[in-house]
Amino acid sequence: MAMNTLHDGFSEKGALIERHWQELNARRRLYTWLGLAILAVALSGSLWFANETNAGKFFDRLPHLFDFVGDMVPRDGLEVFRALFDLPSPYDDGSFKYNYPEGRLYIAESFYIPEYFHKMLETLNIALFSTIIGMFFGFLLCFLAAKNLVANRLLRGFVRRFMEILRAFPEVVLAGFFLAILSLGPLPAVIAVSIHTVGALGKLFFEVVENADMKAEEGLRAVGASWIERVWFGIVPQVMPNFMSYFLLRLEINVRASTIIGAVGGGGIGELLRLSIGQNHQAKTLAIVLLLLITIIAVDQFSAWLRRRLVGDQAFRLAQ
Amino acid sequence: MTTLNPAEMDEIAARHPAVFHRSFWQRFRVAIIAGGFVLYALYCWWFFAIGHVLGTANWNIAGTYLADWVSYEVRPEVTIAPDGAMKLTYPRFSPLGPNAEPDWVEIERGTMTRTMPAAEASSTTVKKPASMGFMGEGAVLGGSAAAAEGMATATTREEEVVKRARITLNSSTSVEVVPDRVTVEHAGQTLLVALDNGAMKIDGDLPAWATQKRPGEKITLAFGFAGWGEIEAGDVSIRRRFLGWANFIFDTNSPFHGKSTSEVFSLIASADRIDPKQSNLSLAWNNILYNAEWQHLDVWTKLLQTIVMAFVGTLFAMLLAFPLAFLAARNITRNWFSNQITKRLFDFLRSVDMLIWALFFTRAFGPGPLAGISAIFFTDTGTLGKLYSEALENIDDKQREGVKSVGAAPVAVQRYGVLPQVMPLFASQALYFWESNTRSATIIGAVGAGGIGLKLWEAMRTNSDWENVAYMVLLILIVVFVFDGISNALRSRLMGKPAH
Repeated sequence: MAMNTLHDGFSEKGALIERHWQELNARRRLYTWLGLAILAVALSGSLWFANETNAGKFFDRLPHLFDFVGDMVPRDGLEVFRALFDLPSPYDDGSFKYNYPEGRLYIAESFYIPEYFHKMLETLNIALFSTIIGMFFGFLLCFLAAKNLVANRLLRGFVRRFMEILRAFPEVVLAGFFLAILSLGPLPAVIAVSIHTVGALGKLFFEVVENADMKAEEGLRAVGASWIERVWFGIVPQVMPNFMSYFLLRLEINVRASTIIGAVGGGGIGELLRLSIGQNHQAKTLAIVLLLLITIIAVDQFSAWLRRRLVGDQAFRLAQ
Repeated sequence: MTTLNPAEMDEIAARHPAVFHRSFWQRFRVAIIAGGFVLYALYCWWFFAIGHVLGTANWNIAGTYLADWVSYEVRPEVTIAPDGAMKLTYPRFSPLGPNAEPDWVEIERGTMTRTMPAAEASSTTVKKPASMGFMGEGAVLGGSAAAAEGMATATTREEEVVKRARITLNSSTSVEVVPDRVTVEHAGQTLLVALDNGAMKIDGDLPAWATQKRPGEKITLAFGFAGWGEIEAGDVSIRRRFLGWANFIFDTNSPFHGKSTSEVFSLIASADRIDPKQSNLSLAWNNILYNAEWQHLDVWTKLLQTIVMAFVGTLFAMLLAFPLAFLAARNITRNWFSNQITKRLFDFLRSVDMLIWALFFTRAFGPGPLAGISAIFFTDTGTLGKLYSEALENIDDKQREGVKSVGAAPVAVQRYGVLPQVMPLFASQALYFWESNTRSATIIGAVGAGGIGLKLWEAMRTNSDWENVAYMVLLILIVVFVFDGISNALRSRLMGKPAH
């Protein structure tokens, strides 16, 4: 377009530069379109494949997309609260669907914890406990994987690969394996989530350690401190706020993870949710979804607040 | 070196009160937090009954299951009839296939005259065809092929039976069975069990590797990794463990089963068709894909589903979160209502767990990857939208002002003033989520949302297919590592910094 008119105004060298620029631009545009085309092909292939291997076809099932709303409409609004607090229902016909008081956990003669709150607590405990275990081992491992603290390539590489494997190993397999050994209960879920957390936190931790200011460590080295002393007094105080912040972020993720693990047999609220959706218990489903939603929002808010206090107001926006 | 006198020390202390007079919390916070963690750990020990669970856990099974990941068992079984007739059988679906005669099982055959009471003979006649069909033809070694014929009337006949069977597990372990005696050798010790009409008598003491709960009951032999066995009065069953995955390429029904690599290749290359309907190459390929034990085609399809779920889910989430983030960002859309509505929408999508979305969409679309795609799409629209809108709110305003000041249209302001700043970050975050969703897609699959998760879960539930679990885990690990690499490489190019 404007190329010819521009040419006139340029010196010979200027025109050369201009031509190079145009070429570069054209090439970049070509790459962009090529990339988009590949993406489009991959996407349409994927969609076709997904639709082809699904039990129901997309367009056949589309009218049923919002069927799940029907799964959540109880007979009356108060049913949800009866289900949530294990109060007897006026519709009780002896079936499991309306038998809310069934799972009460009595602590005293007339004081009980409603089933869902108890299971939610179990899920929260799974998340918190396994995050703590993960933090403990991740903390121990991360210093061995940091380039600025360990000169030995082999050791560093080994620790990193080890953490990568822990991170990538499917949680559901760990849960299933320990379920087979330990029999039912929340402990398999704890182990599965912990192992994953060790890998995930370990990676984040060693990246923080590698970005730490080495001056304090140098000072300690100058006065002859041992490796452990250098790490403990030179590095740990710097990185601890970030570690805690990652710990809290991981806690948020683990609350979700332990719910999912629960649904595949690890106990806790996830299992109840899966059962109640599967058996079409509207009030119970809605009660569990509400409880989960509130808990997750509460945990997220609490963790965000604590993180802001720990690492200051500069936004800590790291994806996981 | 000069030393400080007390006055100087006091002076320094007065100058830096923050260092020398720290509050109680500052001094003991590490101890308090650590103590809190310890107390919480104790509480969890009680809450999860960890001691009890670990105490009652079946750790022996753990070893067997772990060994199953990388090895398989072959199970010859010697049965001894009351009259001393022995036969050696393998269970149905033995990894060796029907008609197997491995060289580590030595059999000495002979004939003997068997007398059968008419009642038993007739009952055998009724049972025989069914059990023959069930065992697979020829799976009964040493049994009579003509057993079914004329048994109802004949009571005495010649039969070919096993006279002696010797099963070698490794150089120091072997089990020899003759009708009235079982000799087990392991680790330099010998166990002799005399069999007499349904009764067992042990000569001498039991070695450490053999256990018997009560006299007369079955003896369990543990040979470590080599295998294990059980001796009962009329039945000696041995499990020999082999390292590796059995029949990984061709199952026992395939004509290529049990052939060496060069034999298989020459068969494929040869023009004589095994199956007249198709060439040997396509037969071999079909046999691999539909391997009954490993189900390669199914596993690969499910794995591809998992990959597709993560890819499409994340891509759609990015495409939707992108425009919504512009609505949610305070500095781009100066409208309090639209900011709040989109932000709360993101919060809602994010807080309703991926599990809940997965369960609901499984009901809507039926089990399969569509449910998984939708679940990932809904959750990640929330997460990516939140991250994107925060990134937009933190952009440098000068570039927008510059574009605006030359009279650009609003769309052009976004395109040239905003996008160049945030696009690398957006793409990098989307890549990160693609990578992490590849991992989480495995687990939501287990509740029915498509992909390899459900297959994994089913393989684990039977507790006997751990080698299939190992195979799938290996494939998942490879996929995750490859995608990690791709995503890291792309991200470091986008963000212009080296990959860690």
